[in-house]
Amino acid sequence: MSKILIGRYISGNSLVYKMDPRGKLLATIFFILIVFMANNPLSYLIVTVFSLVAVAATKLKPKIFWDGVKPLIWLILFTSFLQLFFTVGGKVYWRWTIFAVSSYGIENAIFIFIRFTVIILISTVMTVTTMPLEIADAIEWILTPLKLIKVPVDKIALVMSIALRFVPTLFDETFKIMNAQRSRGADFNNGGLITRAKAVTPLLVPLFISSLETAIDLSTAMESRGYRGDDGRTKFRVLKWSKYDLVNLGYFAILIVLLLVFRTH
Amino acid sequence: MSIKFEKVGYTYSPGSPLEKKGLDDISFELKEGSFTAIIGHTGSGKSTLMQHFNALLKPTEGQIEIAGTTITPETSNKNLKQLRKHVSLVFQFPESQLFENTVLDDIAFGPKNFGFSEEEAKESARSWLNKVGLPDEISERSPFELSGGQMRRVAIAGVMAYEPDILCLDEPAAGLDPRARKQMMNLFSEYQKAGHTIILVTHNMDDVANYADDVLVLEHGKLLMHDCPDQVFKNRAWLEEHHLEEPKASLFAAQLENFTFAKPPLTKRDLVKEIEKNLKG
Repeated sequence: MSKILIGRYISGNSLVYKMDPRGKLLATIFFILIVFMANNPLSYLIVTVFSLVAVAATKLKPKIFWDGVKPLIWLILFTSFLQLFFTVGGKVYWRWTIFAVSSYGIENAIFIFIRFTVIILISTVMTVTTMPLEIADAIEWILTPLKLIKVPVDKIALVMSIALRFVPTLFDETFKIMNAQRSRGADFNNGGLITRAKAVTPLLVPLFISSLETAIDLSTAMESRGYRGDDGRTKFRVLKWSKYDLVNLGYFAILIVLLLVFRTH
Repeated sequence: MSIKFEKVGYTYSPGSPLEKKGLDDISFELKEGSFTAIIGHTGSGKSTLMQHFNALLKPTEGQIEIAGTTITPETSNKNLKQLRKHVSLVFQFPESQLFENTVLDDIAFGPKNFGFSEEEAKESARSWLNKVGLPDEISERSPFELSGGQMRRVAIAGVMAYEPDILCLDEPAAGLDPRARKQMMNLFSEYQKAGHTIILVTHNMDDVANYADDVLVLEHGKLLMHDCPDQVFKNRAWLEEHHLEEPKASLFAAQLENFTFAKPPLTKRDLVKEIEKNLKG
């Protein structure tokens, strides 16, 4: 469990940390979209350099990012190999029945590999430098226009921040119950698929009960502190744009200009 | 079946950015049939230490000998069932582990896992239901219909129903009313007198004074002191320095001027005796 990096915040104090979460979230989404604009070796080089600079700007240890890529490495390699063996065209180096290694194949495999890696790197930059609650605030801000079509954005935001708040609590609770059941002989790691599925009952039933109880307690506590669920609540955590966000904006503006110039049409 | 810790250290998520030392160079030996209290303020490593007794956590350094099993950092996670049959853990607020449809089934869950037959498990469950002070009538009810205190008793019965040799308790009486608390503590004390070893993690110094015959004091993951309660509660300044309290009886005794004590009383009974002695003499 300790190896999974998605959604984990690691404290730090570099430039990237000072950026507004809204800017970072938009930049991440934007980056994932424009990566697909790259279509020749030079443009892929630009994308790679830009994401590596972003990684370096966090001033975190490279190992953290390697941990982010590691769980997905098989998927990346698998996709790259598919590209390598099944792309037709260009100079053919090797052929066996339906498999063929061609110059196009090699090129495509490398492109896919880079595409995957940089997307994971940039998403990791976003998640390790932004606290989950900040991400929730950023999502709320992005959803604000939906208010026009009567989407209850405030409530969605509340649900999101409560959900995020309880992720660690539920994790702790899960581990505690698991340990308690292990202590009285439950076995979560052995046996076939069906045995294991059955072994989850002593874990899931208490977990559901405790989640429901927590929900009831929390809603009572919220009501007793004056929450009514209607409009007119003020905001305590206010996000502010700063000069650092101009860096963010400028950085991606340069990236998109370079990509537009150097991609082949 | 003594318990022996040799230079045990435990580090949470070693090698990751969230690395944190939980236990540091802990060595001690506990006698069979003893009642050991583990004290120390919050975050001192009590719960981390406790989870080592039945290998829910394995040390990252050193080794543990317990109930005929040796646990080292290399010990595999398989085949620990035998150890867990002998060494059992009651976590804080154990009522959160209840899951079966009936109280009886829930208590029988442990025994069944440890090789009791269906019949033996039910029988043991029934007898432990009485031992924790619950009536037979509730045995077929759902554990979720019970009160908090009753759920706690069912959970504790579920852990004791396979009669582990070593019973580790993490604040078993937290949140119980005074009467239930006393009943539970007496139950554990009787269990010890029947020849089992009890290890109790607690913040309640009166429980330490009343029941324990051995105390481990932890601070910042290190073992600060391992001695009998008399020695641990001897030095008031030392206790204060390490954020520990004294038992109420000894606090009261300290307020009595012009009284002489052979040794500072730790329990109510000792205190009354000493006061009587002083008044007569």
